[in-house]
Amino acid sequence: MPVGRTQAVALLGLQGAIVEIEADYSSQLPKFILIGLPDAALGEARDRVLAAAANSGFELPSRRLTVNLSPAALPKQGSGFDLGIALATLAAAGVVRAESIARAVHLGELGLDGRLRPIAGILPAVSAAAGAGFDIVMVPTGNAAEAELVPGIRVVAVASLREAAIWHGAEFEPIDVEPILPAHPEEPAHEELDLADVIGNGDAVEALVVAAAGGHHAFLLGPPGSGKTMLAARLPGILPDLDAAAALEVSSIRSLCGLPVGQSLITRPPLESPHHTATAAALIGGGSKQIRPGAAARASGGVLFLDEAPEFNSSVLDALRQPLESGVISIHRANAVAHFPGRFQLILAANPCPCGQYGARDSECTCTPTARRRYLGRLSGPLLDRIDIQFRVQRITSAQLKLASDGGQLTSAVARERVAIARARAAERLDGTPWNVNSQVPGFWLRGPHARLGSVVTATIDRALERGGITMRGYDRVLRVGWTLADLEGTDSPTADHIGRALYLRKALSS
Amino acid sequence: MAAKDDLGKRGEDLAAQFLADAGYTVIDRNWRCARGEIDLVARDGNDTVFVEVKTRSSTAFGHPFEAITAQKLARLKRLANAWCDAHPYRRGVIRIDAISVIASAGRAPLIEHLRRVF
Repeated sequence: MPVGRTQAVALLGLQGAIVEIEADYSSQLPKFILIGLPDAALGEARDRVLAAAANSGFELPSRRLTVNLSPAALPKQGSGFDLGIALATLAAAGVVRAESIARAVHLGELGLDGRLRPIAGILPAVSAAAGAGFDIVMVPTGNAAEAELVPGIRVVAVASLREAAIWHGAEFEPIDVEPILPAHPEEPAHEELDLADVIGNGDAVEALVVAAAGGHHAFLLGPPGSGKTMLAARLPGILPDLDAAAALEVSSIRSLCGLPVGQSLITRPPLESPHHTATAAALIGGGSKQIRPGAAARASGGVLFLDEAPEFNSSVLDALRQPLESGVISIHRANAVAHFPGRFQLILAANPCPCGQYGARDSECTCTPTARRRYLGRLSGPLLDRIDIQFRVQRITSAQLKLASDGGQLTSAVARERVAIARARAAERLDGTPWNVNSQVPGFWLRGPHARLGSVVTATIDRALERGGITMRGYDRVLRVGWTLADLEGTDSPTADHIGRALYLRKALSS
Repeated sequence: MAAKDDLGKRGEDLAAQFLADAGYTVIDRNWRCARGEIDLVARDGNDTVFVEVKTRSSTAFGHPFEAITAQKLARLKRLANAWCDAHPYRRGVIRIDAISVIASAGRAPLIEHLRRVF
């Protein structure tokens, strides 16, 4: 009997590796042996495949069946190999054409009745198959729309094992079955939050636009009820649409998490706001056998908002330093390393002290100075070092409320337009460098010949540096924000006024 | 004799005939000791072959081979040792084979032979 041979994909993080599935019958007492480092869910493929084959009307030989998944050293998890194993087995039994299954990649979980169930992570898996040069991928009907988002590969959607076998040349009458569709709950209609809802706080809105335009990480400090959460939630709305690569990445992460992707790639930046009890594994990702993405990876390309930042465990927050630095989240385990994208914009929000009233105009703080210092001291220096913009948000007064009712607030549409123009200017200026937005530009470049500013322009920060008011790193950050302010106003390079405002945008903590 | 014993006996006859046709010499049938029974012992060249014969009238309850469990094979191995002890002059390479007979009423019986199953 021939050896049946086909392919499936094993995912490690967002990277997919092609796994070859071989099936062979030998003249021994009946037994099903699955080798090649399967995990528990994959080991159970044995029973699913046998039941599905029997219930699809195929008669398999009563001999020993050996199924090998190679490379054997690569850990494989999950039920997505079922279809590949079943077809390799059918080819070994001579039911389907061996050469037909050998040129396709098969993904999908089998039900006992022979129908195919959709699996998570189809988008990265199909991308990997296309990247490895395969022309055909066979997926469950429930995953068809998601698989078709990947260009350059032919997607064959099948509802059952019988249909799959007939496609591969088995001589059987097709039986119509009801395909299994993914059981996603109805997504609540996504309402776009508009920046115009924020009344008063014009400074804070401006600062948010600056953060969006330059891709700067930001820290919002203010008493409870001053609108920190409201502001942060509106940041994704003023970010520009994702480009093709980022859209694929964001959609792939959603697919990997088993979330619905929809009929087209996701083009709006995501917002993730984990609760402050989140563990490092929840934020960064983790797991021993199957390494799953965390909130930071889901926020890649968008905004990671940490409300009540000092309440987070400090080790959890410091775990963000590596992705903030490199834009990649690497999770190391004994048997593998998984990489996830980690290019998120970090927004931290905090009360100024445990009671929250410190610095508020209308109430008295009851915290001791030590408690106050300790509270914000929980945010480590190295983390705050990576945050370009720090600003205070104040509660609005009744006078501001009255003024605001006249209208005239900045709407998200207008702000997004401004952000897009500023980003285009920055991209044009940074053309030929590895960076796209101001927040990515390192200090030496800003102080170097390409972007050096006159001493008149930098007089304020030179003086601040001299007096020890800011550090060298702080100096670079002021320059960076200064460039973003210049981009927003359409000037070719920052003026002294821009630098002064940039300095103001990082003084929240020291005041 | 119960119907199932009748079927088993018939299967063993068919298996013995099958082996003889294949050039084996059947040297013992239904050899018994305190631990159990060996269906067939045959000689294939230099090999002494112990054969477990499983007969069924249909595959409605599974293929006959599926009924040969690991325990049954382990017992067969102990029995093979016992047979060798009882026949010291027959030393040589020993082998355990399995033969399935599907004997549906009104149809020619289907015989399958697996070599070296243990």
